[in-house]
Amino acid sequence: MVDLLNFREGETIGETPVSIEEFLGASNATAVRIAPGEDARALLPHLDRIALVEVAFPAFGDGRGYSSARILREAGYRGELRASGDVLVDQLFAMRRCGFDSFAPDKALDPAVVEATLSRYADVYQKSVDGRRPIWAKRHEVN
Amino acid sequence: MYLYDSYDQAMVDARVEEFRDQARRRLAGELTEDQFKPLRLMNGLYLQLHAYMLRVAVPYGTLSSRKMRMLAHIARKYDRGYGHFTTRQNIQYNWIKLEDAPDILADLATVEMHAIQTSGNCIRNISSDQYAGVAADEITDPRPWAELLRQWSSFHPEFTYLPRKFKICVIASANDRAAMRLHDIGLELVERDGRIGARVFAGGGMGRTPMVAPEIRDFVEEDELVSYLEACLRVYNRYGRRDNKFKARIKILVHELGVDEYRRQVEEEFAHMRQLGIQPPTEELDRIRAYFAPPVYETGLPEEVDRSDPDFALWLDRNVLPHKQPGYAIVNISLKPVGGIPGDASADQIDLMADLAERHSLDQLRVTHAQNIVLPYVKKADLYTIWQQLDAAGLGTANLDRISDMIACPGLDYCSLANARSIPVAQKIARRFAGNGKEEAIGELKLKISGCINACGHHHAGHIGILGVDRKGTENYQLLLGGSGAEDCSLGAITGPGFTEDGVVDAIERATDLYLAQRQEGERFLDTYRRLGMAPFKEAIYG
Amino acid sequence: MKLLTGNDLASGDVIWWTGKGWSRHIGEAVDVGDEGDAILAREEQARRVNVAYIVDAEQTDSGPLPNHIKERIRASGPTVRTDLAINADIPIVRA
Repeated sequence: MVDLLNFREGETIGETPVSIEEFLGASNATAVRIAPGEDARALLPHLDRIALVEVAFPAFGDGRGYSSARILREAGYRGELRASGDVLVDQLFAMRRCGFDSFAPDKALDPAVVEATLSRYADVYQKSVDGRRPIWAKRHEVN
Repeated sequence: MYLYDSYDQAMVDARVEEFRDQARRRLAGELTEDQFKPLRLMNGLYLQLHAYMLRVAVPYGTLSSRKMRMLAHIARKYDRGYGHFTTRQNIQYNWIKLEDAPDILADLATVEMHAIQTSGNCIRNISSDQYAGVAADEITDPRPWAELLRQWSSFHPEFTYLPRKFKICVIASANDRAAMRLHDIGLELVERDGRIGARVFAGGGMGRTPMVAPEIRDFVEEDELVSYLEACLRVYNRYGRRDNKFKARIKILVHELGVDEYRRQVEEEFAHMRQLGIQPPTEELDRIRAYFAPPVYETGLPEEVDRSDPDFALWLDRNVLPHKQPGYAIVNISLKPVGGIPGDASADQIDLMADLAERHSLDQLRVTHAQNIVLPYVKKADLYTIWQQLDAAGLGTANLDRISDMIACPGLDYCSLANARSIPVAQKIARRFAGNGKEEAIGELKLKISGCINACGHHHAGHIGILGVDRKGTENYQLLLGGSGAEDCSLGAITGPGFTEDGVVDAIERATDLYLAQRQEGERFLDTYRRLGMAPFKEAIYG
Repeated sequence: MKLLTGNDLASGDVIWWTGKGWSRHIGEAVDVGDEGDAILAREEQARRVNVAYIVDAEQTDSGPLPNHIKERIRASGPTVRTDLAINADIPIVRA
């Protein structure tokens, strides 16, 4: 395990996340981990007691976690949203756009490449959950 | 046509630099091939049978002369002097070096072109009707919608690692010239109560499990389409199969869930999506639409064309179609010379087509899904001079929608997925039917050849389809009859045991001979097949 | 016999293992016997070859000939553009 990459204001959550099944049971946990096939919407009734959701990426090509992240942010979740596992540097930009704000990659990422990747695109075409105004909004000065 | 503003240009320029850095990291060993592969694929770069192959996007098949000339330049400077136009209305180059690829993308960016998302498990180039804007039967020009969707789908943060590739098509006519219902999502623009919206089909496709897309919604309002598609894609991204790449397309999800359940899930997600403000305002579609405003046509042009040259008259009858504007015509340039390679064009031919478009077609060209080129705005008075120049360059073949105007994938001559060669079969068929005069007698016949089950050559949708397979290490060809990619969409059925390369050409001749003997007034091959059914054709073929 | 093949990382050219290095000409390829996997691992690691694998072939009077048609076309070039072939003499279809 390499160091966490943190984009939050303040510290990352130290608590070890429990499985979604355990969390939805009688657990007092405030950190939960969801696997690619698990339904992020199951967490929506409990968002006010969650401090960390860790979304697992066992393989970088499995993109279900991107939807999980957006679903949580669209529902107003403001806690830490961590992408963990086979997370590659070239995926960070899209993951940030989907609401992830910390990363626990299996292999360390080159900080210079991280910086370049995240600053490369001055604008974006879509509205997502990262608060960026999309190009169409800038063109028409709406939203 | 659409022109980039500074935002669009900045996106494409940033992508070039991103890929330049990714290629550098790969060459330096910082990325493994497994890590690099999805990145290069999302920039259209494959590793094929002989070299890297680069697929360049031609959004909805529309090109200016300047863009077309850039395609010739790339063929000359970085490839071996030619390119291959594809059934996705794109162009691909067969002999690209990885070390050149960033420079090629930079060259493309200077003319507002790119190779973004021409491969990979993401939303691919949006395809459309090659006659958009000039067809008399369209209710509106579908390309502004396609451009809106191009921007929405480019670098989409959530849908870049989908279960599998995702193809969207937009048409605006009841006559389908783009195989709309064989796409992951097909959109047919329709009018209702004076408003234009989209009829949505989902879960079509070819490949090893061909399916005609069922309708999932009869009307989506113009100002909700992005939200609706976002819902369609989210359901697919979350629940599409990832355990088996052959079952990962949306067609399998729709089939396994059932269309009603897929529709229900999409509607539920849509109800959520429309609250999020992710839909661009109608002003954005209006802004794009302005770029596609009809040109200022000349009026009072002559309708008469001198037909005294018989070769020209034949080409006129075959390849030139009526235009919605008096005095104008739509010219189809066949990239299917008899004995040639379907869809290939040399750099010189590409330049010539660009020149002709500049002089005679308001600077515009189109790529068709049948791998031909269209000059959409030609004055009838210019037709003869255009034909003379095309003919002199080997581009004057008069065979639109005839048996030799076939779709063929690159097959085992170029493709690492193929099981059999497609091009030599295409060449033999063209020579046989052009040589014996039967092509002319047969009339419209859409023949489509794939070199493997992935069906890039659309064999399921051919009136006659050919599928190349590997039978114990030798090439073998299955024959299919009765497919159509048009508004009467249907999937072909396999006739029976496969054939050798020569055997399949003979079998097609026996099938078409039966058609010639049995056809009723006005029937195409497909109509006769549908009336008679497979049995008599099977008997004629296997006897 | 067993041959090693792959593509040059930078150029994409089809290349064959010669015992000392890589060649674009299958005629210079050698039988690697049981050593194939070890050579591949070493050469890929050094980025002297990309997406490499082992091919079954037979030795003929005119040199090594792969058993599978796909490899014969890789070794020759596209059969429909012999002007671009690297070795148009390779028999594609077995007699």
